Amino acid sequence: MSEKVLLVDDEKDFIETLAERMQTRGMDVSTTTSAKQALEMVDNQAYDAIVLDLMMPEMDGLEALSILKEKNPDLQIILLTGQATVEKGIEAMKLGAMDFIEKPADLESLTAKIKKAKAKKIVLVEKKNEESIRKILNEKGW
Amino acid sequence: MVCRPDVIGRTGLAFFGAMSASNFHEINNALAIINENAGLLGDLIHMADDGSEMDLAKLDLVSARIIEQVGRTREIVKTINRFSHSVEHPEKRVDLGETVVFVAHLAHRFAHMNGVAIKAKLPPAPVKITTSPFFLENLVWLCLDFAMQVTGDEKVITISTGQLPEKGFVRFSNLSRLTSEVFESFKKQDELAILDTLEARIAADLEKKEVLVTLPVRFSEP
Repeated sequence: MSEKVLLVDDEKDFIETLAERMQTRGMDVSTTTSAKQALEMVDNQAYDAIVLDLMMPEMDGLEALSILKEKNPDLQIILLTGQATVEKGIEAMKLGAMDFIEKPADLESLTAKIKKAKAKKIVLVEKKNEESIRKILNEKGW
Repeated sequence: MVCRPDVIGRTGLAFFGAMSASNFHEINNALAIINENAGLLGDLIHMADDGSEMDLAKLDLVSARIIEQVGRTREIVKTINRFSHSVEHPEKRVDLGETVVFVAHLAHRFAHMNGVAIKAKLPPAPVKITTSPFFLENLVWLCLDFAMQVTGDEKVITISTGQLPEKGFVRFSNLSRLTSEVFESFKKQDELAILDTLEARIAADLEKKEVLVTLPVRFSEP
């Protein structure tokens, strides 16, 4: 099954072209230029990975990252940054980003990170399912 | 010998750094779009190699996007170049209105990030003063930055220029959130030592919600 990805960046020409290239590689891609809209989209759809620009008007990437992780700690978020400093990277990781990638983005590298995000999400979902089953078994005393 | 950075030097450096970083960030964004479109061209060629029909309209579109972003980058480079050269002249005869428009352009990304539109209202005849071009740009930026924090929900700042006897002025309007406390706090910032360097004055009109900067027609270069 193809990876379901949400791209969030205020540069429309950038994400539209990136989305098109990702779609030709078999990914199911949604886009938005607004971090606020991204928060709503995440409420309505399950994404394998969210690629989120660090610097956007209305709400910056780190703030959006914080809110997204609060909504769903299992969300796999890759930060897109124009200046990948070590400090920013550390701050992003502390807030729960899965990874970060510098613009201009290398698509092969980004694709690899997205596949990794999906695999991580599957592991988390399976773990949650196991825990649910264990809980039921314990409660029923089977 | 102990070298202590002065307030003016520190302010100027901070301004130079902020504007450079912001504009280089814009260049990076344009490069990212060029990169993706160049990649898309590659993808289309591979698809044609595999037997898909070449979509000429698409190729045209991709080419147009690349050209647009190259044009955007060129404009940013011109802006940074002009800005860099503005430090060369400690004193120069400049057009106040043209300087204001230039600073608004230079600070475009900051305005975008704040969701603020900047409108320039210039008189028919240019208002020329002799001053330090770089520190005038710095002062306009400090006031613009302040204006962006105190503008109202409509998020539009109007900057106008004009002439007074022996002076030129720059007026920042539509500052709905301007209060006495906020303005006094702004005036107390170290960075506003630039006012003395330019022999400028700043005042707020709390009723009209405006800030007015007046500058002498000719300053005495420090």
